[in-house]
Amino acid sequence: MSNVEERVKKIVAEQLGVKEDIATDASFVDDLGADSLDTVELVMALEEEFECEIPDDEAEKITTVQQAIDYVEKNA
Amino acid sequence: MTKQIALVTGASRGIGKAIAERLAEDGFFVVGTATSDNGADSISAYLTENGKGIKLDVADPESIAEVVKAVNDDFGTPAVLVNNAGITRDNLLMRMKDEEWNDIITTNLTSVFRMSKAVLRGMIKARAGRIINISSVVGATGNAGQANYAAAKAGMIGFAKSIAKEVGSRNITVNTVAPGFIATDMTKALGEDFKNALLASIPLSRLGDVREIAHTVSFLASEGAAYITGETIHVNGGLFMP
Repeated sequence: MSNVEERVKKIVAEQLGVKEDIATDASFVDDLGADSLDTVELVMALEEEFECEIPDDEAEKITTVQQAIDYVEKNA
Repeated sequence: MTKQIALVTGASRGIGKAIAERLAEDGFFVVGTATSDNGADSISAYLTENGKGIKLDVADPESIAEVVKAVNDDFGTPAVLVNNAGITRDNLLMRMKDEEWNDIITTNLTSVFRMSKAVLRGMIKARAGRIINISSVVGATGNAGQANYAAAKAGMIGFAKSIAKEVGSRNITVNTVAPGFIATDMTKALGEDFKNALLASIPLSRLGDVREIAHTVSFLASEGAAYITGETIHVNGGLFMP
C-alpha cells in the first residue's frame, strides 16, 4: 500500500467513522455511508493532511477513495 | 487565550456596536469590522482588551477572505458570527437604478453568504458555532421605497433557514434577528412625518434601543439558545407580529 493510499484511508476512516478495512474503490456516499456534508468535511481534512487547496469543482469529482488518492498523487 | 471569538460585521456604530459591546460583556473576545481604518480604530478603542477592530469591506470577496484568515490566524476560529453590516439606498422601484439594487444585494445579502461560508469551515471542524443574521422588520413586511433593502433582508431569512438545515448536524445554529425601528443614524435619516406615523403604529410607542437588539443577539449566542435554529426573532415593539 502506498503512503498516500494509507494516509487517505486513515482520514476517510476518521472522518466517516469506518472501523472495517476500506476498499480502494469504495464510494464515500454509497459504500461508506457519508452524507453530502461529510464529503465536504472529508475534502477539508484531505486539504489539511496534504497541505493543498482543492478547488470546489475538483472536490465535487472526488467521490471514491481511489479518486481521492489519484487527486492527491497528481496535485499534492 | 481561552475566550471564545465572536466576529461582528459593521461594528463601528449603531446596532453593530451595541452587539459587539454586549458580546464582550458576555465574555467573548470580539473582532468588530468597519469599512474604514478610523472605524476599526474606534472599535479597538471601545472594546479595549476584550476585542479588536479590523477593516473589512463586506462587498469585496478578497477583503472577506483576508479578514477571516487573519482572524483565524491571530485569534482563532470564530465561535459566533454576527452578520450585521448593512446599508440603505432607498428609492421607489420606478426610479431605482441597477446600481442601487446591486449595492444593496451585494453589501447586505451576498456578504452574508460569503462571510458565513468563510467561517463555517472552522465551525464544522469545531462541531460548534452560532451564526446570527441581523435582518429587518422590513424584510417581513415590505416597505415602499425599500424594495432592494427589503429583498436583501428577506433573503437573509431564507438563507439562515437553509444553512440551519445544512449544518445542524454539526451543532451549528443559524438564526435571524429582525429589528423594527431602532434609534440609530439609519433611522435618524427618516422624515419627521414618517416617524410620527410610525410611532402611532408601534404598540410600545417608541423606537427601540440598540441594546435591545444586542440583548437578543447575546441570547442567541448563549448556551441557553442551543436548541433554537432557523428561527427569526422579531424585536420591534409590536410593530409587526408574524
